[in-house]
Amino acid sequence: MKTILTNEQLQLTIQRLSHQLIENHFPFTDTVLVGLQPRGIFLADKIVSAIETLYPAIKLNYGKLDITFYRDDAHKQLHVANQTTIQFSIENKKVILIDDVLYTGRTIRAAMDALIDFGRPAKVELCVLVDRRFNRQLPIQPDYTGKAIDSILSQKVTVDWEKPEVILL
Amino acid sequence: MQLSTRHLLGIKDLTAQDIQLILDTATQFKEVLQRPIKKVPSLRDVTIVNLFYENSTRTRISFELAEKRLSADTINFTASGSSAAKGETLLDTVNNILSMKVDMVVMRHSASGAPHFLAKHIPAAIVNAGDGINEHPTQALLDAFSIREKLGTLEGKKIAILGDIMHSRVALSNIYLLKKMGAEVTVAGPPTLIPKYLQQAFNVNVSYNIEETLKWCDVANVLRIQLERQSQPLFSSLREYNLAYGISRKLLDSLNKEIVIMHPGPINRGVEIDSDVADSKQSIILQQVENGVAVRMAALYLLAGKRTEN
Repeated sequence: MKTILTNEQLQLTIQRLSHQLIENHFPFTDTVLVGLQPRGIFLADKIVSAIETLYPAIKLNYGKLDITFYRDDAHKQLHVANQTTIQFSIENKKVILIDDVLYTGRTIRAAMDALIDFGRPAKVELCVLVDRRFNRQLPIQPDYTGKAIDSILSQKVTVDWEKPEVILL
Repeated sequence: MQLSTRHLLGIKDLTAQDIQLILDTATQFKEVLQRPIKKVPSLRDVTIVNLFYENSTRTRISFELAEKRLSADTINFTASGSSAAKGETLLDTVNNILSMKVDMVVMRHSASGAPHFLAKHIPAAIVNAGDGINEHPTQALLDAFSIREKLGTLEGKKIAILGDIMHSRVALSNIYLLKKMGAEVTVAGPPTLIPKYLQQAFNVNVSYNIEETLKWCDVANVLRIQLERQSQPLFSSLREYNLAYGISRKLLDSLNKEIVIMHPGPINRGVEIDSDVADSKQSIILQQVENGVAVRMAALYLLAGKRTEN
């Protein structure tokens, strides 16, 4: 077991990601944030509250997207569906997808399919806490990365939001 | 998490966890149905035949829509206009359809147990869409979903099932489901339309007094009088049935409390329920129909997940 991000590093990383989003998207009039269910929500919640703490006047459009029904392995393994709440139009908006760990890229592929059923975004960007960069099975790359790591297939990256810290098993 | 069964033949075979899983999944599908594009690709690789040996409006359309919203390929079979009219047996018909690579069968039949028979003889997953006077599991699931949506939970709620209990597959499926989920159930209607030993067999209350039952309950599920299944007269006339057992506005107003009115359809207006009750704000009859699509999507989706396990 190896710690990738300690509690303190994690807080700094979330701050940095939030500032990068502010740098590119301020004042968020044409940008919406979408966290991926179930585990991307924790990071998305933290980023949203970090941005709103820095700029209390800003009203962020923040939604949650569940991709269960769009998975490509439904015939192999059933997953329990989670709630989707997108209470705004994404038509012609810049959408920032937020997830905790980017691994094979299949979740993001499904997320893009799901997203497009809600409208035609002007642009979709991807923000992740951990990028397992050598494990991709699809041509998908993040625009904002908390930390890029090298890991092998048998290893598992866990983000423990209770502590919080990121560990490699 | 997955279902404990490969087929959906009846609520009898489901566990409380199965029911919970179907209802929870249906909640997510109901959200899908509010989207601009009301369709997900989950069952793209699944072909489903809808086998209807008995008339149906709601159930058939609802299943077909649920299948299309899940991106499954569908075929529709109705007994009239098919080779069943030429004397082909049920098993032959189904085997012929399955040889064209069909994965799931949704079936309605006037013979109780027809889907159970089929489940023993064919490899496809079977969904019972109503068999004779036995069960109608998806109707009970959508009723439960609608009650849960309205009252928050099923546990401890007082549910009355009124009318023709004897011939109703909806009643039997509802009783199984509500008891498994911890609701209290009273069935009420004329003595000739309530089977003997119901109380002992299912631990439900039996009453012959509609007014008292309505005073007791939170929800009244009113059933249709199924004249087509009665081989001998079981009450003197429809008019008399309406006067003694029909749900009227006057009767509801006299209760001094607001109860939820449900009906699985088709409604015989002026027999078991009066128009001003069926169309009132208390009635959730059309919400039941709306929820039917989401509940059937959930059932099909979860069963399709079991399909390739063996």
